[in-house]
Amino acid sequence: MNDPRPARQTDQEGQEPRPLALVVCGALMREVQKVASSQGWSVDLFGVPARHHTQPPQILEAVVSMLDRIQRQYEKVVVVYGDCGTAGALDRLLEKRGVSRIPGPHCYEMYAGARYLTITQDCAGTYFVTDHLVRNWEATVLADTDPKWRDSYTATMFAGFERMVYLQQEPNDALERKALQIAESVGLPLEVQPTGLGALEERLVEVVEGTRRTQSQLP
Amino acid sequence: MSDLLKSLQEAILTIDEETALKVTQELLDSGMEPEEILESGMTEALLELGRRWNCGEAFLPEVVAAAGIFERCSAIVEPALMAKADRKVSDKAIIATVKGDLHDLGKNIVGAMMKTVGLEVHDLGKNVPTEKIIEAVKELQPKLIGLSALLTTTMPEQENVIKALEEAGLRSAVKVMVGGAPVTQEWADRIGADGYAPNAPEAVRVALELTQVAA
Ligand code: B12
Repeated sequence: MNDPRPARQTDQEGQEPRPLALVVCGALMREVQKVASSQGWSVDLFGVPARHHTQPPQILEAVVSMLDRIQRQYEKVVVVYGDCGTAGALDRLLEKRGVSRIPGPHCYEMYAGARYLTITQDCAGTYFVTDHLVRNWEATVLADTDPKWRDSYTATMFAGFERMVYLQQEPNDALERKALQIAESVGLPLEVQPTGLGALEERLVEVVEGTRRTQSQLP
Repeated sequence: MSDLLKSLQEAILTIDEETALKVTQELLDSGMEPEEILESGMTEALLELGRRWNCGEAFLPEVVAAAGIFERCSAIVEPALMAKADRKVSDKAIIATVKGDLHDLGKNIVGAMMKTVGLEVHDLGKNVPTEKIIEAVKELQPKLIGLSALLTTTMPEQENVIKALEEAGLRSAVKVMVGGAPVTQEWADRIGADGYAPNAPEAVRVALELTQVAA
């Protein structure tokens, strides 16, 4: 997964630096691919494994090692990640390397956009899922827990939560059914909120095209 | 290290609760000092698991399960610890995860370890509004508040609690210690906290230092 060959390549190999690379969190890859296609960008996408989310310092290491490998080959590199619990360390690092990141603390805020604050202020006990999280629930949140611990694990993890909000990127009946099962398995009611690509698209377009820098309401 | 102590560590590391509880009791019955059981057996095992988790060799479900076992083993050694503790049990501490934040695994471990050194820990839970913390300070008059935050979006609540303590005229009466994975010493200094610790054993050391200063 850390393979520095781009996930999608629009230019031929050449000596000249290519115009644009996006270093993308694995949890956002599908959606970023969609934005890139719809914008018609000449871009190479490089994925960083989403599993690093459980250890933010590993996000730093993985992004740096990806930049070490590819940065010189591109005129512009944009990192498509939230702060993701690095508490500003990711931004400090990117600033030193002259690389931009799309604004936002994490992908839930990016998808929910302006709605994020309202949703969390209405109910702090909100647990978000996205298309990616629903698809990869077993491997990510359950971390492939031994079935004999699963119930007590999820009971400990989700104690105090009041609802699950599914920030849905794309209508998909099968995923919606799975989201419902997931919510039931952790004892939470499910609310589906279609977001599309939310603020992710807008922020990405602005950073890539170097236009007005969108601010998230949150760091 | 005694074989029994090793098997306690092993039982915690392999999430074998039954054995862990049994061996803890056996160690106590054998006359081993409760501090040694706690530090060299239980805490060491939890630290080792933390190390494994940090470098991707252990998964969170194991950390969660081990922390639960730690708490239940603590309950077995606690009476023996209290019976001999020279520490005044009256040193009260409040701990809480700040408003908007429902991460409590780390805070719970910190709380459980603080109890083992004789602090009377009042755990206010998670997603705790600042006003509730202020009320608890007025009511319980603790020497220390421990505030946990795991989200960069909720870290500012730690600062809000400090400001609210100032506004209520309570700031000089209580020490504030902050923590949580994104929190740093620099952040603690910036918001005017008295202490910071990156993990539970350090948190215990800082808590003792701060409560002694406040004594
Ligand atoms: C487990 C976890 C969860 C669990 C929480 C279960 C629970 N009951 O606590 C669940 C799955 C429910 C969860 C939910 C969410 N999470 Co979460 N979660 C984590 C994860 C993977 C591990 C945290 C943890 O428990 N670590 C293990 C414990 C033992 O370590 P610790 O908490 O750091 O505690 C130690 C020290 O920090 C210290 N300490 C802790 N507290 C204190 C207090 C004091 C006073 C002191 C001195 C020391 C101290 O001592 C502890 C023991 O050594 C982190 C990533 C990470 N590594 O931090 C993400 C992470 C914190 N979560 C994140 C997010 C985004 C969320 C959600 C918004 C996701 C969602 N889908 O909705 C929700 C938030 C809900 C809410 N309102 O709070 C992001 C935050 C990003 C950001 N910008 O801040 C992180 C960083 C993941 C990521 N990279 O994206 N999460």
